[in-house]
Amino acid sequence: MYEIRIHSRGGQGGVTAAKLLALAAFRDGKHATACPFYGAERRGAPVVSFVRIDDEPIKVYSQIHEPDLVIVLDTSIMDVVNVLDGLKADGTVLLNSAHPVAGCNGTCRHVDLTGIALAQNLVVAGSPILNTPVLGALAKMGIVTLPSVEQAIREMFSDERNVKVARAAYEELKI
Amino acid sequence: MLTIATGNRAVADAVKAAKPGVIAAYPITPQTEIVEQIAEYVTGGNLESRYIPVESEHSAMAACIGASVGGVRTFTATSSHGLLYMHEMVHWAAGARLPIVMANVNRALGPGWNTWAEHTDAFSQRDTGWLQVFVGTVQEAYDATLMAFKIAEDERVLLPVMVNLDGFTLSHITQSLDTMEIGDFLPPFHLPHAIDTENPLGYGPMTGPADYFRFRWDIERSMRDSRGVITEVEREFAERFGRSYGPTEDYRCEDADVVVVAMGTLGKEAEVAIDRLRDEGIRAGSMRLRWFRPFPDLDLAGREVVVIDRDYSFGFGGVVAHSIKSKTGVEPYSVIAGLGGQEVTYNDIADFVRNRHPGEEMWFGVSDHV
Repeated sequence: MYEIRIHSRGGQGGVTAAKLLALAAFRDGKHATACPFYGAERRGAPVVSFVRIDDEPIKVYSQIHEPDLVIVLDTSIMDVVNVLDGLKADGTVLLNSAHPVAGCNGTCRHVDLTGIALAQNLVVAGSPILNTPVLGALAKMGIVTLPSVEQAIREMFSDERNVKVARAAYEELKI
Repeated sequence: MLTIATGNRAVADAVKAAKPGVIAAYPITPQTEIVEQIAEYVTGGNLESRYIPVESEHSAMAACIGASVGGVRTFTATSSHGLLYMHEMVHWAAGARLPIVMANVNRALGPGWNTWAEHTDAFSQRDTGWLQVFVGTVQEAYDATLMAFKIAEDERVLLPVMVNLDGFTLSHITQSLDTMEIGDFLPPFHLPHAIDTENPLGYGPMTGPADYFRFRWDIERSMRDSRGVITEVEREFAERFGRSYGPTEDYRCEDADVVVVAMGTLGKEAEVAIDRLRDEGIRAGSMRLRWFRPFPDLDLAGREVVVIDRDYSFGFGGVVAHSIKSKTGVEPYSVIAGLGGQEVTYNDIADFVRNRHPGEEMWFGVSDHV
């Protein structure tokens, strides 16, 4: 079972990113669950959501305490939350950042999701959309396939720019 | 159609397939997504139904009662304080023998204010005459909601059914969901004692001491008959749609020396704990209790039993543990865990089994208990 923890702020689309990722994995023929962890959430507060992907049906409902992959959609969270908490020794971190971030051990990757969204002017209520570009980066990392990412995005969104930003993140992420 | 959906969405989609004529509801976290989605189906023309956005849960159930007695299939959904607010009408729906279906998204009761999973809300309606089923997956939320209409509306039952799903842990989790064309699985709604507006009649509802008990016995007789109806409906569902359900979902129980009994999502999580325990050579199994009313006969003779209660009856004990004790005579190790959404992992459940003390009660996470 591959376990993913997504850190974001309320309103940045972390919960939707988890759903999209689960849908893409499902379209790949895998079993997948997405669970948002709801606290007393409001816009701007740090939130986490969880995704599990497996070849077998998933029976676990509890939170992910030892993730294989940590995704950080807003690196300012790293000042207040230990995003590496419980990360497996061979775990991976994916950061939404134009530059490498200090203090991130493990296999750390970064891609400028915000810049990619802004380049397409993909902004809702003043916030760049991060949940669709991040799916492209995850496809590049081999978590899901790019065709399934594109299918999942089209199932959930009608704006084709969402597919464009996923492709752009796929191209930009260096492996 | 195979897709992914939340538990709430699954309930809404089952309601869309069941086509109730009237839906009356009031939103409450974590149930709101159900009634929002249904409202969208109605306004979008995808569900031909009268959606009544009432001013309270008491009114929601009252509206369902009015519609049902008029001979219309009805549905509502609620949670926690909403369920408690409609309590008077919950009794009335069962007493008036109205096959209303209600989804209850299990949530703790305040104070302290808490929107997370707990079963005390549903158990507080235990003696109302409603059938109660608890589900453990998104697919099961869909399937159980569909079956609830068929079971409730069977003339041998004619009692309302409450479909329970864990708040957030199931209501907001996304899993695979297979929705289907249900064909004639649900026959047209027919209520033998429906009022006929073409032939108005006056009823005197006063029922004196010489007769009242007969009506109560009739509820119990139907509750007993409902066991057979549930089995029939679950069997027909399996034949038509390929998914089987029963009063419990048993996992590796055949040769088990110790059995974990739990409900809802903790019952599924327990299966993972069982696999871990088996790897250690502990012959453990799990039994996820699906039906709470009518309470099923459980085969637990000769085994040690660990019961996880996501509820509590103050001054008495865990509701499920004591139900099992009184029904089967076994002295379970009673674990009180998961209250108000308390995190309980499969590792925790495996620990409950490893450290079990039959006959004792343990509050998970509380260190100063006796």
